[in-house]
Amino acid sequence: MTGAQIAARAAGNAVIPRAAGGHRAFAALFRALMYGAIGVSALALVTLLYDVARDGLPKLSVDFLTSFPSRILPQTSGIQSAIYGTLWLMVVTAAIVVPLGIATALYLEEYADRRKWWNRFVEVNIQNLAAVPSVVYGILGLAFIVRGPLSLGRTVLAGGITLALLVLPVVIIVAREAIRAVPPSIREASLALGATQWQTIWKQVLPGSIAGIATGVILALSRAIGETAPLLVIGAAVNPRFNPDGLGSAFTALPIQIFAWTQDPNRDFVDLAAAAILVMMVVLLLMNSVAIFLRNRYEQKW
Amino acid sequence: MADISTTASPGAIGRRTSLVRRPSGRSRFEAVIKALLFGAATVSIATTLAIVFSLLQETIAFFGDVPVGDYLFGTKWTPQFAGDQQSFGVLPLIWGTLYLTGIGLVVAIPVGVLSGIYLSEFAPRRVRKVVKPLLELLAGVPTIVFGYFALTFFTPEVLRGALGLDVNQFNALAAGIILGVLVVPTIATLVEDSMSAVPQSLREGAAGLGANKVQTAIRVVFPAALSGVVAALVLGASRAIGETVIILIAGGQTANLSINPTESYQSMAAFIAATSRGDIPTGSIEYETIFVVGMTLFVFTLLLNSVSIRLVRRYRQVYE
Amino acid sequence: MTEQRREAASAVEPAPAPAPGARPAPRDVIFDVDGINVHYGPHRAIRDVTLDVHLNEITALIGPSGCGKSTFIRCLNRMNDLIPSARVDGRVLYHGEDLYGAEIDPVQVRKRIGMVFQKPNPFPKSIYDNIAFGPRVIGMKGDTDEIVESALRRGALWDEVKDRLDANAFGMSGGQQQRLCIARALATDPDVLLMDEPCSALDPISTGRIEDLMIELKQDYSIVIVTHNMQQAARVSGMTAFFTVELHDEGRSRTGAVVEYGETDKIFTNPDDKRTEDYVTGKFG
Repeated sequence: MTGAQIAARAAGNAVIPRAAGGHRAFAALFRALMYGAIGVSALALVTLLYDVARDGLPKLSVDFLTSFPSRILPQTSGIQSAIYGTLWLMVVTAAIVVPLGIATALYLEEYADRRKWWNRFVEVNIQNLAAVPSVVYGILGLAFIVRGPLSLGRTVLAGGITLALLVLPVVIIVAREAIRAVPPSIREASLALGATQWQTIWKQVLPGSIAGIATGVILALSRAIGETAPLLVIGAAVNPRFNPDGLGSAFTALPIQIFAWTQDPNRDFVDLAAAAILVMMVVLLLMNSVAIFLRNRYEQKW
Repeated sequence: MADISTTASPGAIGRRTSLVRRPSGRSRFEAVIKALLFGAATVSIATTLAIVFSLLQETIAFFGDVPVGDYLFGTKWTPQFAGDQQSFGVLPLIWGTLYLTGIGLVVAIPVGVLSGIYLSEFAPRRVRKVVKPLLELLAGVPTIVFGYFALTFFTPEVLRGALGLDVNQFNALAAGIILGVLVVPTIATLVEDSMSAVPQSLREGAAGLGANKVQTAIRVVFPAALSGVVAALVLGASRAIGETVIILIAGGQTANLSINPTESYQSMAAFIAATSRGDIPTGSIEYETIFVVGMTLFVFTLLLNSVSIRLVRRYRQVYE
Repeated sequence: MTEQRREAASAVEPAPAPAPGARPAPRDVIFDVDGINVHYGPHRAIRDVTLDVHLNEITALIGPSGCGKSTFIRCLNRMNDLIPSARVDGRVLYHGEDLYGAEIDPVQVRKRIGMVFQKPNPFPKSIYDNIAFGPRVIGMKGDTDEIVESALRRGALWDEVKDRLDANAFGMSGGQQQRLCIARALATDPDVLLMDEPCSALDPISTGRIEDLMIELKQDYSIVIVTHNMQQAARVSGMTAFFTVELHDEGRSRTGAVVEYGETDKIFTNPDDKRTEDYVTGKFG
């Protein structure tokens, strides 16, 4: 017998002691808790989808997509104005946020001297803006854009600008990450050949980061699509029976229509909200799939 | 001093005459580009200034009509009434916000932290491939869908139905719990991030001393990631405080100062969205209430976010 | 006194003369470097470097890690400009013109003075577009196809890649990528090639091919190479500068400086300074 075996025999233990029972029981309990936590998230998601599908599927139809909302008859109400409104808003939002976000990200990553305090201030400011509640952006929209200095009224343009400001910090952050992923050695090689800074950005950095930027923009826009609070505050139209016909037109959007229907005492209208939710989630699913596809297909691996 | 010699072979000096004068067209272009990009960056500053200014302007106007003390310490929030029934004490709104956030965090903190620990320390790759997208899906659900769910399913079928609780149609329990579910992905992702950032050497050291995986995770990795975890909680709280629609739809529109989860409550954000429906007259006292409550909310979230950013920076610094 | 000393007028033949190092005829000098000090913020990275780089020569910079060789070589094409906290004092004359003069555009400088980096860094584009990038951005006149072919020939890569010019450069091996980077640098028709440890990430066979290429290129270009590999310096270079690191502040700050500069043969067989001798005989570093 080995010394260890003798010593263990003397002490009444096995050579390699088994874990103390208390430790094992606790470990098992902890694992159970973790699985439970994951289970809660899964359960929530599943139940949510089930509820929406159960209430909304029966109400989905082509008529639903092509009709305008009615205040009286749920059977003839539809989301055509909401769909068009959302589309208009998305175009305006994207047109503003894409150039502005990319330009800001380029400035911060390629030009800004981080030792200068104002550049650090811009960075901190963007992080703070990213965490401001969306309803506050609505207040900004109401006071500054719909009324106040810009006085654009309750129009598509005002809504688009408000949403653009809301998601701008997200786009900037995502674009910065994509730009940062381009290795410094690529910039060095380009500059050492006699290219200027902008030539390097335009011909090397942007092409190398555009896939990541596009993915991020799509995800930011899909967040904007689901935003209700800012549009409520700036005064999106409720139950309009028309589509927007220009930037100066009144508008509604899918989340607003959904919200209006949930407030209705008539259960049939509430179910319409579920149907509209289904449409909205299909749109979101499509957008996210496009984003993931772009990323997998075009992302530059260095 | 070197001068020009005249050798014919390429690479010798003689090929070139003058050297490296600055061409002005190109560098002016570069300067314009830099200025344009800087201009874009200032839009973000302008946004902050616009937010602060618009909030401040009407807040000051509000305090011209209502004493600060009445606002900050008053316990009745009834701006919609007239005459001496009208009261502008913000405490019920603040309380509603905190109460609902509190209920939400009671759900979100354990679920979020445990999920984060699981993803970082325990989940096998195959499971991760399912769970991470699950959380991302949950994170991508618009809040209005959560609101709908709280109102039409959670209150009638879970609280009243399965649990048999006698709750109001609009109640704090439903709004708070669903608010918590909303925030779980935020907390879980950030907890996972900060725990993954802990170097592997710490785990190996613990294993070498005979600790099992659970002990390592709880006693070694988790404390090492603590500032990131706290940042996650603070960020989650901030998100919950700023959330509007769930509470608007499912929590009710009554400012309430009690502690009864079966009753309706109103948060600051929900009040703002409920009151401002686009046709509110500028300069009226209701208009001003939107801004003063907005200012209060803004200050809350700003403070929380500064704390969270600082904590995140600290945990990132330690390991990068 | 171990550094290159500048005499005013008379040209002295490079030889085992009383003064150390070679002093060339003025027209053989392409870089006249005088008293270069580089600071990164408060920290001085290299101190008082004075030497002349010869035309159509391969000049090697050797020395232990961290002694400022890379910092110095990046002064020669103003790549240190890209680091905000860097400050270059002293004078570099390139063909007699002050490289750091107020009216000099660093972008123009880099068209004439090319650089190859330690880790091959081709662009994620085709071989053709890699080579064509430099000429295109500087607005070089001429037929792009010819320019590309000429550069690839000079870089001894043409025969290998002529049938797959639109293949992605990322698919090449490390040694091929580095030769691509050399050809890419040559495409803008520089007269100087700066090489910062070009072979340290490569296998011996690729290293040998690049060394052969360098010797070929010497006829038409002036090459300055930073290398950790003493044998490489001895094999390819005609002039060698030995850098050392000086520790200050109880070892907390390091400054590089040139110990000795002269003909490669002399540096490796009969150096003037004991530190040089210790390094080249392998006693340290």
